[in-house]
Amino acid sequence: MIPGISITEILTLTSILFFIGVYGFLTRKNLISILISIELILNASVINFVVINKYLYPDVLQGVVYSIFIIAVAAAETSLAISIIINLYRQIGSVEVKDTETMKY
Amino acid sequence: MEKIVFYVLALIIVVSAIASVTSRKMLRSVIYLLFVLIGIAGLYFMADYNFLAAIQLTVYAGGIIVLIIFSVLLVHHIEMELEIAKRSRRIIAALTCLIGLGVFLTTIYSHPFQAVPNSVTTTTADIGLKLLSYEDGGFILPFEVISVLLLAAMIGAIVIAKGGKIARDKSENIPDPKKEKIREPKADVLENEVPI
Repeated sequence: MIPGISITEILTLTSILFFIGVYGFLTRKNLISILISIELILNASVINFVVINKYLYPDVLQGVVYSIFIIAVAAAETSLAISIIINLYRQIGSVEVKDTETMKY
Repeated sequence: MEKIVFYVLALIIVVSAIASVTSRKMLRSVIYLLFVLIGIAGLYFMADYNFLAAIQLTVYAGGIIVLIIFSVLLVHHIEMELEIAKRSRRIIAALTCLIGLGVFLTTIYSHPFQAVPNSVTTTTADIGLKLLSYEDGGFILPFEVISVLLLAAMIGAIVIAKGGKIARDKSENIPDPKKEKIREPKADVLENEVPI
């Protein structure tokens, strides 16, 4: 654990980070910006896993292993999302959410 | 000392995150995200998880940020300003987030956490043994599943971004002068008009 820092302070920080990500997700109109907001949300959850493992159950490693898996899944998701965005740009010439209608229904 | 470093890191993370979701220049918003990720890596270093911090720096700051920057440069003009949402929409989103944050914080501050004072250092060898262990609580199966997932994501990204046969079928609907000239005699008129 980090000396002098209680777990509630770190959880407060990650909650703020999570809701900044949610705010970006709700207000942004661009696919890449939405992807950035999703990265913020995922990172907040990863810090939560790590910190709860470190502060409450220091003898096990489950939180660390789960966060490694989350990072791997996030990397896979980002690469796929970016390839979809580039393909979409090639087809409709825009990455704004309002123009993205071809795959909707 | 740790307190000061933690608060500086927290300030960097929160300010950069806010700048990242409100900045109107796309590339700047990506760079602010880079600051957030580096700050988070600093948090992992402070919590003594060196391996995780290294992963964070290489995978996120090294891989994902570069990928996003590439896609931004391919897709946008650098000087282009992003469209921002309507004022009412932003206010509603901010209110929703504040309500959610309030719920989270009341839950966190009312729960009695029993923190165990410790200074355990997790080495990379521990994590590796745990990942490859067959015994109870080992992670060999998820590890293999993740490797298959990464392979599948890699192949999928190549296929989608390359725009192979499947993608060409869809892109035929887009009015492309060269293609239209070839296709016009036998093409269905309705099909050409759909995407517009």
